[in-house]
Amino acid sequence: MRLSVENIEVSFPGPAGDLLPALGPISFEVADDQFVCLLGPSGCGKSTLIRVLAGLLSPSAGAAYCDRELIQRPLAEAAIMFQDTNLMPWRTVLDNIALPLEVAGMSRPERYGAVRKLLPQLNLENFELAYPAELSGGMAQRVSLGRVIVQQPQVWLLDEPFAALDALTREALSLELLRLRARSRQTIILVTHDINEAVLLADRVIVMSRRPGALVADIPIDLPRPRSAEMIYKREFLQLAKRIRNCIEDQRA
Amino acid sequence: MQTNGKVAEFSTGRKRQIILRRLSPFLTVLLLLLLWQGVTERQIISRILVPPPADVYAAFTAALADGTLAKHTMTTLGEMMYGLLLGVGIGLVLGYAIAKAPLLEYVLSPIIVAFQSTPIVAYAPLLIIWFGTGPSSKIVTTAVIVFFPALVNAIVGIRSVSPPLRDLMRSLNAGPWLTFRLLELPSALPVILAGLKTSATLAVIGAVVGEFVGSGSGLGVLVIMARSQYNTPLVVVTVLTMTVIALSLYGLVALVEWRFLVWQRRAAS
Ligand SMILES: Nc1ncnc2c1ncn2[C@@H]1O[C@H](COP(=O)(O)OP(=O)(O)O)[C@@H](O)[C@H]1O
Ligand SMILES: [Mg+2]
Repeated sequence: MRLSVENIEVSFPGPAGDLLPALGPISFEVADDQFVCLLGPSGCGKSTLIRVLAGLLSPSAGAAYCDRELIQRPLAEAAIMFQDTNLMPWRTVLDNIALPLEVAGMSRPERYGAVRKLLPQLNLENFELAYPAELSGGMAQRVSLGRVIVQQPQVWLLDEPFAALDALTREALSLELLRLRARSRQTIILVTHDINEAVLLADRVIVMSRRPGALVADIPIDLPRPRSAEMIYKREFLQLAKRIRNCIEDQRA
Repeated sequence: MQTNGKVAEFSTGRKRQIILRRLSPFLTVLLLLLLWQGVTERQIISRILVPPPADVYAAFTAALADGTLAKHTMTTLGEMMYGLLLGVGIGLVLGYAIAKAPLLEYVLSPIIVAFQSTPIVAYAPLLIIWFGTGPSSKIVTTAVIVFFPALVNAIVGIRSVSPPLRDLMRSLNAGPWLTFRLLELPSALPVILAGLKTSATLAVIGAVVGEFVGSGSGLGVLVIMARSQYNTPLVVVTVLTMTVIALSLYGLVALVEWRFLVWQRRAAS
C-alpha cells in the first residue's frame, strides 16, 4: 500500500503547559512495496511519526494517508512493532504472538496452528510455553516481530525493532526480516539508529533533523536484492553509508 | 567430581533451609500450644482466665456434638459470603469506573473517605436500625468493611495498565470488552488478588462486629453468650473458629493466586 505524509506536525504540552513542537512539518510518500528506513537523532519524533501512521495519534496539523484514505484510526492492513518489545508478561510466547488473531476472533486451535507454523522461522520452536520474563532480549524481539508477521499486514511499522541487540544478532535478525518479506512484498517503514542497518535493508533512507524532526535527506538505495551481510564491505555500500553519515553530521554542526 | 560434590552439598543445605522455613509457622503454633499447656498445668494463671487445652477441646467436642458450633458458624459464614460478594463486587465495579473516569473519584471521595475513616463499630448500630437484627445488617457491615480494599486495588490495578500495551490493543482495533478481558483484567489481577486477601480476612471482622451489636445467631453471639455464662473454654473455641475461617479464606485466595499467577512465579525464579 502507498503511504503519504503531508505536512504533518505534532506538538505536545510542555512543562509550562504551552505546546512544544515535537515533529515536522514533514512530508514524504512511500510507494507500494517500498522499504523505507527512518534515521534521526533520538527525540526527533520518529516514534511519534510511527504512531501517527499507525493511527494511534492524530497530528496537530497535516494528514497521513494510506492509499488515499485518511488515517484516523488504526487500519486493519497495518501492524506496528513498538520500540520496546511490549509483550504481555502473563502470556506465553505462543499466546503473545497469537494475540492479534485472538482479537480478530479466531478459534484457539486455528490461531495456535498459525503461530506454530511461524515459530521455526523465528527460531522460537522450543520456547512456545515460555513467558517473556524468561526470554533473552533477542528472543523477546523475535516474539514481538512474530506478532507483526502473524497479522499478515500490508504495511509494517517497525520502531527500532532490533535495538538492544548485539551487532551480530542484529544483522542476522534484519536479514531474516528481508527473507520473511521476500515472500510477499509489503510496504515497510523501519526506524533505526544504525546507518549500516538502514543501507542494508532499505530501498530508501530518510534522514530527519533534530526535534522537531523535519526531512533532511531522502536517499535512494539502489543496491541489488537479495541483500547479504557481505555487501557492507562493497564500495557502493560504503559510499551510501558515508553519504548518510555526512547528512547526519551536518545536522550536528 | 569435586565441583559436583560441592553443588550437591550446597543444594541439600539449601533444601534443608527451605524445609525449615516451610515448617517454622507450624513450629510456632506447636510452641504456643506447649506454652499454653505448661502455663495452665502449673496454675500460673487461673483456669477461669486461661482454660487448659483439654477443657477447650472438651468444649469444642460438646459444641460440635450438640450442633451449636455448626449452627452459629453457618450463620456467620453465610453473612460473610454474601457480604464479600456484595462489597467486593461493588468495590471492583466502582473501582473500574473510577479508574476510567477520574472525575468520579472527586465526586465520590467524600462518601468513601468518610465511610472508611469512621470506625465500623461506631456506625454498626445504625446499620442494625436500618437493616434489622437479621442477617442482612451483618451482610451490610461485612460489605462495607471489605469494600474498600477491593475498590482501592481495582483503581490501582486498572490505572497501572501499561500505556504501550493499551496502544497495542488499540492498534489491533480491540473493543472495550476485549481490552478488558485480554489486557486490563490479567494486568490488574495480581493487585486485585492482593486486595482480595485483605478483604477475605476483614470479612470475619465485619460479620462479627455486626453480630456483637445485635443478632440472634452467629459466632459473635456465641462469644457473648459463652462469656455471660463464664464458659471461657467456649469463648476460646469460638474465637479460634473465627481464626480458622479467616485463615481458610485467605488460603483460598492464595490458592487462586497460585493457580492464575504462574507467570509471576516463573518470572521470579
Ligand atoms: N506523549 C508525549 N507527551 C509529551 N511529550 C512527548 C510525548 N511523546 C513524545 N514526546 C516528546 O516528543 C519528542 C519526540 O519523541 P519520539 O517520537 O519518541 O522521539 P524518537 O522516537 O525520535 O526518539 C521527544 O522529545 C519526546 O520527549
Ligand atoms: Mg523512538
